[in-house]
This record gives sequence, structure tokens and C-alpha cells, in this order.
Amino acid sequence: MTGLAAHDVALSLGGRAVLHPSSVRVAPGELVGLIGPNGAGKSTLLRVLGGMQAPDEGEIVLDGRSLATAGRTWRARTLSFLPQDEVPPPPMRVADLVALGRLPHRGHPDRARDSAAVTRALAETDLLALRDRPGSQLSGGERARMRLARALAVEAAYLLADEPVAALDPAHALAVMASFRRLAAGGTGLVVVLHDLMLAARFCDRLVLMRAGRVVAQGQPADVLTDAAMRAVYGVEVRRVEDAVIPWALAGPQD
Amino acid sequence: MTDCRDMMLIAALAGTVVLLFVLSLAWGESAIAFGPACADLLAGRHSAGAVILGQLRLPRAILAVTVGGALGLSGAALQGYLRNPLADPGVLGVSGGAALGAVLVFYTGLMGLSVAMLPLGGLAGALLAVLLLMGLVGQGGALVLLLAGAALSSFAAALTALALNLMPSPYASFEIMHWVMGSLTDRTFTHVWISLPGTILGCLLMLTTARALDALALGDEVAESLGFRLRGPVGVQARVVLGAALSVGSCVAVAGAIGFVGLVIPHLLRPLTGHQPSRLLLPSFLGGAVLLLVADAAVRVLSTGTEIQIGVLTALAGAPVFFFRVLQMRRATS
Repeated sequence: MTGLAAHDVALSLGGRAVLHPSSVRVAPGELVGLIGPNGAGKSTLLRVLGGMQAPDEGEIVLDGRSLATAGRTWRARTLSFLPQDEVPPPPMRVADLVALGRLPHRGHPDRARDSAAVTRALAETDLLALRDRPGSQLSGGERARMRLARALAVEAAYLLADEPVAALDPAHALAVMASFRRLAAGGTGLVVVLHDLMLAARFCDRLVLMRAGRVVAQGQPADVLTDAAMRAVYGVEVRRVEDAVIPWALAGPQD
Repeated sequence: MTDCRDMMLIAALAGTVVLLFVLSLAWGESAIAFGPACADLLAGRHSAGAVILGQLRLPRAILAVTVGGALGLSGAALQGYLRNPLADPGVLGVSGGAALGAVLVFYTGLMGLSVAMLPLGGLAGALLAVLLLMGLVGQGGALVLLLAGAALSSFAAALTALALNLMPSPYASFEIMHWVMGSLTDRTFTHVWISLPGTILGCLLMLTTARALDALALGDEVAESLGFRLRGPVGVQARVVLGAALSVGSCVAVAGAIGFVGLVIPHLLRPLTGHQPSRLLLPSFLGGAVLLLVADAAVRVLSTGTEIQIGVLTALAGAPVFFFRVLQMRRATS
């Protein structure tokens, strides 16, 4: 059975329950947004889903295989994981950093395929012009795009990304979400942690709303982002406005 | 293109190693006819030239290559693993353990038993330090490793100082001071055989982590997501630490503490390898060998009367490189 699913996964760290039994699922070709306030457990659920952290209870099933027993290399080839920014990049070339995404394929070296994948990832993140620049000289947003390009270069069947657009300007955020949509159209299953609810509502097929380590709602964006849920989960009153200035589409010839 | 440049760098460094190795055999304190000595050595004739060549110069040159290489490679692997260009094989505390082991051999008078006792004591000290280090670190990460190494190396230094303090004869203290400074003088094939297994095994272990070190450039989680196991008995951390500790421990046991090679060589070669940790490993081995062969030659040239210890020389040559880098960085940031 294809798809990536967490079945009742729970996790405690240092004696504190950070994830109460939760179940989520992403099918091939589906873009799922993981939303919720800070500290809700989004990153934890994503890390468990990606096999970065073994759950105390429950299990993760990736294309019919339990992640607990699946081989690391197979997992790394099948599922690409983009963590939150951990360390400043070294002065390696941007193209070399992005090419790290090809490491899971090192068992079957195919240089032409590797270099095509790297070029595609650089193009998707608008980094082709910066491919020879040292990673240490990138701006915050460029660095976020480079890290995303590294995750894209794996060309895995599933992509899990933790806040991939948090550091991006509106144009690049739109472009990245559009490229996620293209990936989904091509059959990739994506789970993306987002704070921008506008982007989440507009681009995701389904949303998973979390609060205090629990999944409190999941479904179509319109069913999840209700006024009551906004009040209960985020503690904010929402106002729906017609004439707000919202970056909607990229301007210029690419439209 | 990258591969081609890497091959050229490796070929240039390897060529330099071979050239310096031959020079180091051909040239020394006593003038011998190199050609006939080589012929005698190969034919198994015990002429004076063959003895000098085979029993003094050859082990010394081999040790310069293996010790320098192991120090350079260990520095590159540790700097890659810790993502810190200032990491040095000394941070593990294993050199301190080896020094302590050797000092205890002096102190207890075991020295008198055999010429091999000193390096064997160093090796035992290094192995004990590795075991302690691995036990202390357990499943901890890089920070735990650095703290454990710092604790271990200060403790070993304190015990070494205590042994020096309590040493009955001032002559023995002097001998120890000299030994700790590092030297390749008067080393024989006994020393080579004592250090070689650990050095080779350690270097091979470190070389298995090349791709993982690249993956670590963007953080631990990225490396794990790319399929590399970082912790655990066969994880990247265990292989880097055990590899560096085994090879450095084996080297310190026979050659004393030779500083700065593991720090300076990867630092100098990094820009030539695109700052990529995997591409830095082999060049750092060769670069370390070049530096130690040169330093050993310099020791022989400069020595008139009291021989300058090779460890003193590498530190004297290495420190200015860092002064220069400081000035460069200051210019770049101002």
C-alpha cells in the first residue's frame, strides 16, 4: 500500500509528553500542510514521520514498510527530509551543497542523473545564478532556498519540509509553494510545516492542525481553518476581508 | 573538473612525499654512498651504508610519513566531524594519555627492560584513554565529546606533571621533557611495527566516513536524513573518534607529541579542495607527511650540538601560519 502514514505515534522527551497519540497520512500526489501555534508539536510529528526520531508508541509505515525495520538508505532515497535551519553553511559551493541530496543514491552512481537532479533543484529554487557562490556568503533567504534545493535534489517519492518558506520574501514563498504543487502533480507526497495560513489554505490539499502535542483537526483547508478553530487553537479572532493586499501571483512574463 | 583538480592536487602531494622520502634516505649526518648502500641493502649485504640506510634512515622516513599523515588525516576528519576548523587531534585527550603512559614507563623504571617499553607504554596509555573517552561519551554528541576530551586531556596533563614532579632523578625529567616535545631521531623498525597497526586501522576507519562528513556540513539531522548513522557503535562519531584516537595514539607512542600538523595542514589545504570534507582527507594525509618529512630534514640541518625536537619545529612553523590567518580574517571583516 503506497503512502506515508503515522499510526497512533506518541513520544515523550525528558519525561514530558511532547506528542500524544496522533495519526496522519499523506498519499502520493498530495500536499499536506502541518499547522499550529509555536510549540504545538509540528516539528516533532514531522521528525517522527521522517524517521529522524523513533516514537515511543505507534509506528510509521512508508509504502507498506515499517520505518522501524526499513533500511536507512532505502528510507533516505524514498523520503527526503528538510529540518529547520541547524547550522550555518560552510564555504562549499552552493551546487556542491545541493548535490549532498544525491548521497542516498551513492550505491548506484549515475553522474548524468545526479547532475540533472541538482540543476533541476537549483532551478526550482531560483539559485542557478548562485550555483558557484560559497554557501557561507548566502543571505538568510538564499540559504533557506539552498537547503530546500538540497532536499529537492534527493528526488524522493515523499518530501517532509519544516518551515521551508519561513525566511522567504513573498515572491519566493509563492514560487516555492507553486513548485510543491508541481511536485504533487508529478506524484510526490508532501508534508510541509507552515505558519502562513494564507499559503496553507491556498496551496494545500489538506491541513493538519495541531495544538499542545495533539492533532486537533484535519481535512480540507476550509473545514480546518474555521473561526472557532482559530480562536481555540491560536487564541486569535479572525476577520475575513475582501480587499486586503495579499501576494497572489508572481508578476511579469512568467504568468 | 573537480575530480581532475583533486587528482592533480593528490598527485602533486604524493610526488612531493616520494621525493622527500628518497631525499630523507639519501641524506643524513653520516655521508654514505647512496647508490651502493641501496644495492647492498637490497642484496642483503651488511655494509655500513646498508645498515645506516636500512636500520636508521628507513624507519625514520617511514615514521615521518605515517606519523605526519595520520596527524594530518585525523585533523581533517575531526574538523569535518565537529564542523570546527580549529579542532586538533589533541582535543580527544588521547595524545595526553599516550604521553602519560610513556612518562609512567620512565617513572617506574620499566625503561630499563627494553627499548620497546617506552612506545608500548605510550600505546597502552593511548588505548586506555580511547576506552575512557568512548565510555564517557556514550551516546552523547559532539559537545559531550569535546568536553570529555578536554577533561581527559587536562587530567592526563596533571598526572604527567605529577610524575615529573615526583621524578627521583633530574636526568629522567629531562629525558621526559625531550620525549614529550616529539622526535623521530633514533627510531627503529621496532617503533614502526609498534605504531603501524593502529595507524593503518585508524586511518582506514576515518576514510570510511568521507561521505558522511560531507553530509554533516549542513547539520546532524540532514546527515541522518541522508541515511547516515551518526551515533552507536558503528556510527560516524565512533568511527571518527576511534580512528583518530587509534592512529594519533599509535603515533604519539613512538614519536612523542607533535603539535600543529593536524591543525595547520587541513587548514591550508581546505581552500584547494572546495572546503568539502571528503575531498580534504587524502590530501591532508599527504600534506601531513610532507610537513613532517620537511621538518625532519630541517631538524637534521639545524642541529649543531643539541638537536631541536621536531615537535618544537612544527609548532614554530605552524604558529606563524595562524598569525597570518588572523591578519587575513581581520582584513576580510574590516
